[in-house]
Amino acid sequence: MKYEAIIGLEVHVELATKTKMYCSCTTEFGGDTNNHCCPVCLGLPGSLPVLNKEAVNYAIKAGLALNCTINKETYMARKNYFYPDCPKNYQITQDETPLCTDGYIEVAGEDGEKKIRIHRIHIEEDTGKGFHRVDGSYYDFNRAGVPLIEIVSSPDMRTPQEAKEYLEKLKAILQYVGVSDCKMEEGSLRCDANVSIRPEGSEEFGVKVEIKNMNSFRAVEKAIEYEIKRQIKAVENGEDIVQETRRWDESRLETVSMRSKEHAHDYRYFPDADIISLSVDDEWINRVKESLPELPEQKKTRYVKELGLPEYDAMILTMSKSLAAFFEACVAEGGNPKEVSNWMMGELLRTLNDKMLEIDDVKFRPADLVKLIELINKGTISGTIAKKVFKEMFETGNNPEKIVEEKGMVQVSDEGAIIEIINKVLDENPQSVIDFKNGKTKAMAL
Amino acid sequence: MHRKTIHEIRDLLRKKEVTAVEVTENSLKRINEIDDKLGAFVSIEADKALEAAREVDKKLQAGETLPDLAGIPMALKDNMCMKGTISTCSSRMMEGFLSPYDATVVERLKANGAVIVGKANMDEFAMGSSTETSAFKLTKNPYDLERVPGGSSGGSAASVAAGEVYYSLGSDTGGSIRQPASLCGLVGFKPTYGRVSRYGLVAFASSLDQIGPFTKDVEDCAIVMNTLAGHDPMDSTSAKVEVPDYTKFLTKDIRGMRIGMPKEYFGEGVPEDMRKCMMEAIDVLKSLGAEIKEISLPLSEYALAVYYILASSEASSNLARFDGIRYGYRAKEFTDAIDIYVKSRTEGFGDEVKRRIMLGTYALSAGYYDAYYKKALRVRTRIINEYKEAFKEVDVIVSPTSPSVAFKFGEKTANPLEMYLSDIYTVPVNIAGVPGVSVPAGFIKGLPAGLQFIGNYFEEGTLLKVAHAFEQATDHHKVRPTI
Repeated sequence: MKYEAIIGLEVHVELATKTKMYCSCTTEFGGDTNNHCCPVCLGLPGSLPVLNKEAVNYAIKAGLALNCTINKETYMARKNYFYPDCPKNYQITQDETPLCTDGYIEVAGEDGEKKIRIHRIHIEEDTGKGFHRVDGSYYDFNRAGVPLIEIVSSPDMRTPQEAKEYLEKLKAILQYVGVSDCKMEEGSLRCDANVSIRPEGSEEFGVKVEIKNMNSFRAVEKAIEYEIKRQIKAVENGEDIVQETRRWDESRLETVSMRSKEHAHDYRYFPDADIISLSVDDEWINRVKESLPELPEQKKTRYVKELGLPEYDAMILTMSKSLAAFFEACVAEGGNPKEVSNWMMGELLRTLNDKMLEIDDVKFRPADLVKLIELINKGTISGTIAKKVFKEMFETGNNPEKIVEEKGMVQVSDEGAIIEIINKVLDENPQSVIDFKNGKTKAMAL
Repeated sequence: MHRKTIHEIRDLLRKKEVTAVEVTENSLKRINEIDDKLGAFVSIEADKALEAAREVDKKLQAGETLPDLAGIPMALKDNMCMKGTISTCSSRMMEGFLSPYDATVVERLKANGAVIVGKANMDEFAMGSSTETSAFKLTKNPYDLERVPGGSSGGSAASVAAGEVYYSLGSDTGGSIRQPASLCGLVGFKPTYGRVSRYGLVAFASSLDQIGPFTKDVEDCAIVMNTLAGHDPMDSTSAKVEVPDYTKFLTKDIRGMRIGMPKEYFGEGVPEDMRKCMMEAIDVLKSLGAEIKEISLPLSEYALAVYYILASSEASSNLARFDGIRYGYRAKEFTDAIDIYVKSRTEGFGDEVKRRIMLGTYALSAGYYDAYYKKALRVRTRIINEYKEAFKEVDVIVSPTSPSVAFKFGEKTANPLEMYLSDIYTVPVNIAGVPGVSVPAGFIKGLPAGLQFIGNYFEEGTLLKVAHAFEQATDHHKVRPTI
């Protein structure tokens, strides 16, 4: 039997506000342990949370960029559970009234563009962080109270690749609108996946399994891939899939059971009376709408229509805000869009991939890339030499003219000079000349 | 001197007939003399109080005109945080909790030169109506040491009635200021929900809690309210409604004022002697030219049920932070984190607190939430509407504060429901969020009884006006216990 996977993602994103969700402590990453704290984010007796308007702004921004409806009347709710990293033993979040609902992201699916629906986005606070040592457990509450949005997709993805693409697109959009830096390594973007399988053609959903602890987009892809295979194997062996939470084990490359449904919490959600309900009017929504920058989709269309780039180039270049910014800077410096695109999609992205670097790590300036292209177009250097110059630029950050000059990489276009060099080489290798004349083409290597 | 009011001491200070240090030393001396038998305080901050008094004297010497409350000793209920002092909520669970910050009311008091002499005993986490659930001590009623002072702000009430301090702050979630004020012969004021900041008040039920004063008369009450009321950016539930000078309302003129008498509040539940006392009080109001109208608030019957669902639900969550991990009581022996929670909370909380946590947890649980919590919220909305409707017809509503005068220790502890019924006339006011005040209305067998006035939202002024007119037409507020 053939099976189809049903995948939904829950993504937590830390908002890039300066202060925390319910107090004025800084959200800065790092800092001495328990140094970015106050009575409010420590949940001390008597303290009260006050909702950060800027966080609401950011969440509305994310909602609009992800094509959501913004709900005008919402309230904050308490999610009750005991855990040492949770100072109040409840998290202030949203339950019945998420701020944003019914959005979508378009991904390039296997059979062309596909809409992945976003079920809801709600605002909430982060928890502290636990450290477990031999002599006991320690807690740092610097992250406690940092504003988060949780973006819950509909179960619309069918392959691990689609899931990865959804995440990449999501990250790009959120970075574009500037609501988060989306750094998975700093925990500012975290992803859990819900995976189930069903026989192809079936309309019913199978029992879903939640996967946690995936620390990169690649891990998400791998974990989902593993989980689908595990579930198919289980079903084929006549086993039942258990509704449970599993943890992705990066070293063993497998998912491991954490807890089953029987241990599921009753979070006893109810409205938080400490925070007055949130009213967002049309004026507020419009204000945010007007502040939105050009989104990837809009950029892509513009690149195709106005700059004449092929659809594929436009898609790649708009994948991240920084990449698009680099491209646009090159064009602004007078670069030909298609030529710039060729260099960026070819040499630049390849080198970044090889070295596991990001566009922000590039040492040379966009103007340098334009200069490099100019040197080729003027015939100063050949395409082959240009690649060597590029390599040098990438490593040192020096400008191409300087590199060409210092390394004597100037392309010689004086015919007399070339003949002279040829004769010299031939004179120095008489045997090869004889071999060549005798039909040994190996000598051509000279 | 301890029998005097705030305004009397203020005038003496301004006339330089006494110094703030003298007044404060006198308070401390009085506490020293009687508190062993009264039990109003859980902690005394003598050094801090004297330091504050010296500051006031320095300014007085320099010829500054000081705020009304400057240099006058007062007490805080022990659920209000004050920087560098211990707040316990009269619970073993919070034993030794040293607050690193000031509650907004404490900030306001300090800014007005108040002399905070200590923290008053209370029912554990404000859950009770007799102060008997305190984990530390019993507080006695100054009129009869065999009897309770009411609760939960029993220590705050007893300390003022016995003249240990000139005023105190309490918190009122279902009657915890008005009922003890009634039982101790004081003026006890519960402002409109949102009128006074809750920041720094250890939460019992967030949607109901409100801080207010205990004073010997209404003028004092208006003076303290002038300092407490106002918006606080640290409390998003505090209202941005302008604060008038409450002393301006004390005109004694209530001619033509429409006063509603809800028939449900004077029904069968009111004992005959209490009814007689109330009817005499209402005659006084009539003689002052007020118009008494019988009204009906039929939904009040459900207020107590709504209260015990909503308040307990909120409390079950508010008190979750007391887990033995970061502060407060931690069990001596444990095996893991869950064990710390279970043992610390089992040992740290008293029975009444546990009862309410269980009630609230149950009411919020999956499968029961709609039937209890949500339904209670819906009834609350209807009670609010009922009050709004009533205030279209009348300016204030009058009722007994409590069905009974001070009862004996242990009289109601065996049956929690009987204890809960002490608040039957005060709870609807918190459910609606409107302001209420209890004023001395007479004595029944030598024990004080209070009359409750209920006002419309943010009409504290009107409430103080009628309370003041009534008080000035009677002598009940001039009586002091003999302790």
